[in-house]
Amino acid sequence: MKRAAPTSIGHLKIEDAVKVYRSRNVETLAVDHCSLDIQPGEICMIVGPSGCGKTTLLNAVAGFHGLTSGRITLDGELLCGPGKPMAEPGPDRVVVFQNGALFPWMTVLDNVTFGPLSQKTMTTSEAREKARELLADAGLAGMEHRYPEQLSSGVRRRVEIARAMMNDPAVLLLDEPYRALDSLTRAMMHEALLEMHARRPVTILFITHDLEEAVFLGHRIVVMSARPCRPTLQMEIDIPHPRDYSITTSDAYRGYVESALDAVHLEAQKSFAANEAEARP
Amino acid sequence: MTPHANTHPGAIGRWRTLPSAGRRAAVSLIVMLLAWELIAHSPRLFGFEVPYLGVLPAPSAVIGEWVMLLGDAHYWGSWYLSFTRVFAGFISALLLGVPLGLWFAISPTMRNLFFPVFEMLRPVPPIAWVPAAIIFWPTQELSIISVIFLGAFYTITLNTYNGGRRVDLAIIQSARSMGASRSNIFRRIVLPGTLPSIVAGAAIGMGITWEVVVAAELISGGNGGGGGGLGLFMWDAYLAGNHEQILVGMLSIGLAGYFSSGLLRRFGGLLTPWLSRN
Ligand SMILES: Nc1ncnc2c1ncn2[C@@H]1O[C@H](COP(=O)(O)OP(=O)(O)OP(=O)(O)O)[C@@H](O)[C@H]1O
Ligand SMILES: [Mg+2]
Repeated sequence: MKRAAPTSIGHLKIEDAVKVYRSRNVETLAVDHCSLDIQPGEICMIVGPSGCGKTTLLNAVAGFHGLTSGRITLDGELLCGPGKPMAEPGPDRVVVFQNGALFPWMTVLDNVTFGPLSQKTMTTSEAREKARELLADAGLAGMEHRYPEQLSSGVRRRVEIARAMMNDPAVLLLDEPYRALDSLTRAMMHEALLEMHARRPVTILFITHDLEEAVFLGHRIVVMSARPCRPTLQMEIDIPHPRDYSITTSDAYRGYVESALDAVHLEAQKSFAANEAEARP
Repeated sequence: MTPHANTHPGAIGRWRTLPSAGRRAAVSLIVMLLAWELIAHSPRLFGFEVPYLGVLPAPSAVIGEWVMLLGDAHYWGSWYLSFTRVFAGFISALLLGVPLGLWFAISPTMRNLFFPVFEMLRPVPPIAWVPAAIIFWPTQELSIISVIFLGAFYTITLNTYNGGRRVDLAIIQSARSMGASRSNIFRRIVLPGTLPSIVAGAAIGMGITWEVVVAAELISGGNGGGGGGLGLFMWDAYLAGNHEQILVGMLSIGLAGYFSSGLLRRFGGLLTPWLSRN
């Protein structure tokens, strides 16, 4: 498999993950014996029908909730598994959410320096210097003293990625981060993300609904089944990185998009049928 | 003509440079005052008394009385007394209400234990506490302040609590994923995230304290207490049959409330610079 650059950290391994949600009288099996092995520096795209359990899986890696069974390791270290019901959230696995979660009351600079200053791994001036560098790399110089509300949605997303990268994470967990953007802005976000990844090849677990996004960004696409979530199809995208938007017209690219579409369509149909069956008493 | 004449626009020029909101406010104020003046003189002007409003003293008379009172130490003493009571009650409501609201917001145990009691006491109007307050507190001053405190306390607590609960879960989770400790999350996420609601609650609470202070002063002062303040100022005017002074008292309270809420909003705006204002 082609990687942007060799790295050794960020090997995320999910083994036999199961997650059952229990509320008063219903049990929902959200993730069912799901295994994934994500290599250091890999961009792994997860696609699957709505409500299948993708966020549930990502939140278990992030440490926002536990698994019912199974284990998750990062570089061989147990995050969550037998004897450890829930991973501890930490800066080695930073999450970027669908609707954005910049802190509205902090300027861009304060947002970006939040991680290292909270962890006390840097002094204020060190953090500021690094933040300025990261922001400049992302084409965001001059935005340091603005509040998030004063930024366009595209800029906000780039700030958020910069804020995540400030923590030197081993894995970046992206839960449909570009869903709310228009397609033009999204295309720019994609190129910016790949540029960032070329500079700093962090492992990325990226959830999306958008198959073109998945093919354009990913080293690999994992298509999840309808709920309960488990991988039904894995596809290596053999288009060399760094990629830019010229590849979207290539035959190879279109071929990947089509086969992913077929797989997802099948799962969507199953999911729809399952929901119909569930809806009937 | 003085050499500076050109740098000073005439009255018309100044009027034009006023923002339209200010111009509209001025127009409505002037129209209202004129109508009031006419109505007050209705028996003489039209030969009949406009029902209810005809007995009001004319604004010119009220303003005349007011101008006279501006040199009166007793009038300013009433202002001072009411202001200190409002301030004391309001600050203690802030000091107790904000921590309690935050505590309700972050601790389910606390919420389960005390929120029902809080919600049960809340509908009791502050004025209904006056008799109990007079019995309970050793001095009349403290009873008045405690009633004012209640006026602001519920609103501030409830606003803080609601604001605290509305802090976006994704924001807290992302702070956690960046390695923030619990105390860090409280200080840098929950507290600033709740601040706009605290400011809003404080501004509403401030308005209520002015509603309450007058009634509290009327009741305790009317009881032979002689507690002073704008409330008692009005009561005395009523007993003396001085209608102009009653209106001066009412307008003074309106102004006092308007200025203190305005000041609070201004200060709140400085505390929450990230909120865009139009
Ligand atoms: N806290 C919860 N309690 C009970 N059920 C839940 C909970 N969170 C999610 N679920 C259920 O688990 C299933 C998977 O949810 P999840 O959010 O992981 O799906 P998703 O694949 O991320 O969906 P989407 O594409 O819409 O974001 C859904 O059926 C959802 O209703
Ligand atoms: Mg989701």
